[in-house]
Amino acid sequence: MRTIIPFGPQHPVLPEPIHLDLVVEDETVVDVIPSIGFIHRGLEKLVEKKDFQEFVYVAERICGICSFIHGMTYCHGVEQLMKIEVPPRAHYLRTVWSELSRIHSHLLWLGLIADAFGFESLFMHSWRLREKVLDIIEATTGGRVIFGSCKIGGVRRDIENGTLREIAAKLRDYAVEYKDLGNVFLNDLTVKRRLCGVGVLSGPDALGLGSVGPMLRASGVAQDMRLLKYAAYGGIDFAPVTAEEGDSYARCAVRIGEIFQSVEIIRQCSEKIPGGAIEIKVTGLPEGEFYARTEQPRGEVIYYIKANGTKNLERLRVRTPTFANIPPMLKIMTGCQLADVPVLVLTIDPCISCTER
Amino acid sequence: MQKSPWIIHYDGSSCNGCDIEVLAALTPMYDVERFGVINTGNPKHADIFLITGSVNEQNKAVIKNIYDQMPNPKVVMAVGICACTGGIFRECYNVLGGPDKVIPVDLYVPGCAARPESIIDGVVKALELWEGKRRKRTGRESIQT
Repeated sequence: MRTIIPFGPQHPVLPEPIHLDLVVEDETVVDVIPSIGFIHRGLEKLVEKKDFQEFVYVAERICGICSFIHGMTYCHGVEQLMKIEVPPRAHYLRTVWSELSRIHSHLLWLGLIADAFGFESLFMHSWRLREKVLDIIEATTGGRVIFGSCKIGGVRRDIENGTLREIAAKLRDYAVEYKDLGNVFLNDLTVKRRLCGVGVLSGPDALGLGSVGPMLRASGVAQDMRLLKYAAYGGIDFAPVTAEEGDSYARCAVRIGEIFQSVEIIRQCSEKIPGGAIEIKVTGLPEGEFYARTEQPRGEVIYYIKANGTKNLERLRVRTPTFANIPPMLKIMTGCQLADVPVLVLTIDPCISCTER
Repeated sequence: MQKSPWIIHYDGSSCNGCDIEVLAALTPMYDVERFGVINTGNPKHADIFLITGSVNEQNKAVIKNIYDQMPNPKVVMAVGICACTGGIFRECYNVLGGPDKVIPVDLYVPGCAARPESIIDGVVKALELWEGKRRKRTGRESIQT
């Protein structure tokens, strides 16, 4: 007999509202019908009211977790349209802040997934470690979650070379603790029982359904937008973290691997950062169209920017990673056990406010 | 503090910034759980309704529904500037304004994003309001335990 169980919009495991209708037969989920739109604000249309320089603030507030990368992608797009040569130091600072946001976002996700499978002390530990990263962010930008440090033509604040090296050294110390934390996620028997073999997504399926980010990389596809060499990634030596299994455990392992990768990228930045200005004066107005693609903690984000030579953009379209990951999520949820639903929803690292904007 | 207020959190249409700060207030760095403040998922167990973000056409009914399910006395807290006035999104076509457009709000915690310190301060103030409401309802002083 089929029963429909409503999941959300207000649900203990979800910090944000999404509604799923779970069609279950006994304990097995046979179909999932999503409905979104609870957080839709319509901020793409705000480009008509705010001028293109002011809109950076709105872009940062598309999402509070990956806020810096949203702001950076928008700036990157407009800079490409206006052919602004951003000083290399600004590029490096942007890279450092992007990677700091990636570390804090992945630690946040580790906490939430631990909470989803009922391991509350692990949740608390992940968030304890995350606070230390937020302290670095607060010391360098002044904000905890919304940085406000990116602007068209560069960045607003500088980090001294000495401070940057200190940050890299601090993160190296923290990496020891991340390792302990990672060990619990990857080697604990109970955790493995909840993650191994749950929600398997094969490589061709992941590509075919258009998934992005860690979700795609966990299925063995090494796709990472940072390889497009925006910001300072051209001068950094790194390779995408991948896994083969495509289950929840693999996605967890990829994200843990990326934390260490980010620590390493920040170390390289602290050594390679050139001197010079951090911003350039912006003159003129944007005209034309451009697709900006960058890698967020959750995957690839696409900004389509169309400008007509006035101070307001004509059109802005944002394709966020969670939106791309919803079809694969529905695929892995079909046929799963009802008890696995919270884990599977969180395994894509949902960011609903990105998705609905 | 004499009572342990339980909180229910609902994200109106915030950018997530305030949501994760609400959660951060519960985790070891700030740790409001030591005062007995628990984030519950069940409206029927909650004393304080904490809303982040503004109201739109689709979540209006959800907010009203959660509010109606909470037992009396109850206190409603709007966290973040979006929940106070609509903030940076007030000009968006799908934003109606703060939750005070739908339900009575007792307390406003501004900030973008609201810092955990100010959220905790808000919860402490909400508890005083809650105590006042309780006294008004029952006509009794609180029972010392």
